[in-house]
Amino acid sequence: MVDGFLVPLLKIVIVLNATLVGVTYMVLLERKVIAWAQSRLGPMRVGPYGILQPVADAVKLMIKEDITPVRADKWVFTAAPIIAMVPALIVYAVIPFGPEVSLFGRQVTLYITDINVGLLYIVSVASVGVYGIILAGYASNSKFPLLASLRASAQLISYEVAVTLTLVSVILVAGSLSMVSIVRAQESMGVWFAFIQPIAFVLFFIGGLAETNRAPFDLPEAEQELTGGFHTEYSGMRFALFFLAEYANMIVVSSVATTLFLGGYLAPFPNVDALNFLDIVPGWIWFLLKTFLFLYVFLWVRATLPRYRYDQLMRLGWKVLIPVAIANVIVTGIVKVLL
Amino acid sequence: MATPSVHHGAMFDTDELVINMGPQHPSTHGVLRVVLRLDGEKVVDAEVVIGYLHRGIEKLCENRNWTQIVLLTDRMDYVAAATNNVGYCETVEKLMSLEVPRRARYVRTILCELQRIASHCLWLGTHAMDIGAMTVFLYAFRERELILDLFEEYCGARLTYNSMRIGGLPQEIPPGWDKKVLEFCKIMDSKIVEYEELLTHNRIWLERTKGIGVISGPEAVAIGLSGPALRGSGVPRDVRKDEPYSAYDEMEFDVPIGVVGDTYDRYLVRIEEFRQSLRIIRQATEGLPEGPIVGKVPRLIKPAAGETYHAIESPKGELGYFIVSDGKSTNPYRFRVRPPSFCNLQALPRLVRGHLVADVVALIGSIDIVLGEVDR
Repeated sequence: MVDGFLVPLLKIVIVLNATLVGVTYMVLLERKVIAWAQSRLGPMRVGPYGILQPVADAVKLMIKEDITPVRADKWVFTAAPIIAMVPALIVYAVIPFGPEVSLFGRQVTLYITDINVGLLYIVSVASVGVYGIILAGYASNSKFPLLASLRASAQLISYEVAVTLTLVSVILVAGSLSMVSIVRAQESMGVWFAFIQPIAFVLFFIGGLAETNRAPFDLPEAEQELTGGFHTEYSGMRFALFFLAEYANMIVVSSVATTLFLGGYLAPFPNVDALNFLDIVPGWIWFLLKTFLFLYVFLWVRATLPRYRYDQLMRLGWKVLIPVAIANVIVTGIVKVLL
Repeated sequence: MATPSVHHGAMFDTDELVINMGPQHPSTHGVLRVVLRLDGEKVVDAEVVIGYLHRGIEKLCENRNWTQIVLLTDRMDYVAAATNNVGYCETVEKLMSLEVPRRARYVRTILCELQRIASHCLWLGTHAMDIGAMTVFLYAFRERELILDLFEEYCGARLTYNSMRIGGLPQEIPPGWDKKVLEFCKIMDSKIVEYEELLTHNRIWLERTKGIGVISGPEAVAIGLSGPALRGSGVPRDVRKDEPYSAYDEMEFDVPIGVVGDTYDRYLVRIEEFRQSLRIIRQATEGLPEGPIVGKVPRLIKPAAGETYHAIESPKGELGYFIVSDGKSTNPYRFRVRPPSFCNLQALPRLVRGHLVADVVALIGSIDIVLGEVDR
């Protein structure tokens, strides 16, 4: 009873809460990091150094009037934010945050579940999220959101392919689709996959930027051209769901990248004995640190780069990323067979 | 008004999409309205609708006396108010054949060039922001702030300066102000490098601006472009050089011109103008002559009957004033402005045709308009 029901339930509650708090603070972090990059201070008013800003934002968004345009398709309009948000949250089910630990005399695994097709699960669930964006643009019955959702669907198709192909090369090296086994494979090989598969690593990160609609690929939002893009007609909590989904997706991509390429919860350079003292630090802290590193790069990129244009983005996806990813898979396969 | 047309294809009929950009849109720099006819994301045609900020300044000027008009000119190109003041005052001085003391002409030159840098900072920031580079926006505004501080010290205002009088300056420059100007020049030198590091060789920036909105020199002249938008197409026309006013005949500076005439060239021209402006400010500040700041101006300004046109190089292009005096009343009989933004805006439909929606905002930024001047 306890192991079968209570422990997983507790884990789900903890992960969900941690994610949602993480997401709200991610928003603050973004505002702070970008402010520092731009020689500003960022939020400073709510609490010391603005650390209570997410609370104020949440309260504001919840008590705001929730407007549904008269000409919008009401059901789809309501469903779209939910479709965007839910996949971003349930992906966390298969991400291993740390090794097995003993808590209160009980062996506890720091992941909700380990399914043998974990990666496939992530890819398929994550790609459902974009329907939220497409449907939001369609249901708003407004021209700017419509253009944005067209962009979103085109972008998704282009980048989904490239990202999935990079995953294939990781699977070839690790010999498994399970997230936990992939981390274990990196442990037993004594090296992070980022060093074995550097090309896949870079491609995955670029694809991740595009999949989460982040700068320089934030075309579906394109504040300057499409006035906010797909969420132009949304307000209040429904808008907040899109907003949170974007940040939750960023954390997902960062966690997946950490797990696949940076050894997940492993300490840096597990094969170097001189660095064994690093094992004192619990695995989940390493995991968080590495994820944070990725998130920081996300923000850094946004503060620095201009935005790609729609056709340029397509060209980059189909003519550069996908061919390189395919070549990478083929080379990996050949090397794997020869060795 | 644009009406969508239907194309009958082999399998599907496709509709053109008409979207209305503005007058409330984050990237139309004020209350500009552009009606776009789109085929997918490609712009088939564009129609510019203006007039949302029309305040009738020209007519208003005909009912104010000659001194009061200086204040109204502030409200046209409100990001370069000092330049407007100088343009108006010089036109009246030309009409009355007034002699302006050399010191006043030098200070005018310094103010005009500071104003050019401030205006270009605003242009650079918003242009980069439109293309998605948000950090440049805040960097450029940081330096603009320094210029506004200098203006505040000179005349007490930060946006609408009312900083000129017919025949000279309203007041002497504050003690130590010239040193602060030179200090600013030093700061600005390093900041231009910073802007360029972020943009000039950035691959995404190049892809977004190169080959976008190409317009050839002769065509640009035919449309009536002026200022950096014209020089970007390789036409070396600069009122400061061709018909020097204020103290520009005593200054040494180059007129940068582009080669291709695309958005990137216009960007490079304006970046180089930052440097040339600093060069002029340094020369004018270091060689600032002593002497009076106001010429011999009659108590009651009442030009003899006649008309005149005088143009200066505002940050956006050729800013001209056409003023008619009937010689009887204390206000102008006819007051007409040739605003560079208005004339440059004519080129927009020609520039955006065939490009994508994302390029429209880049091109609006590239021709650098201020709606206060377009509509007056």
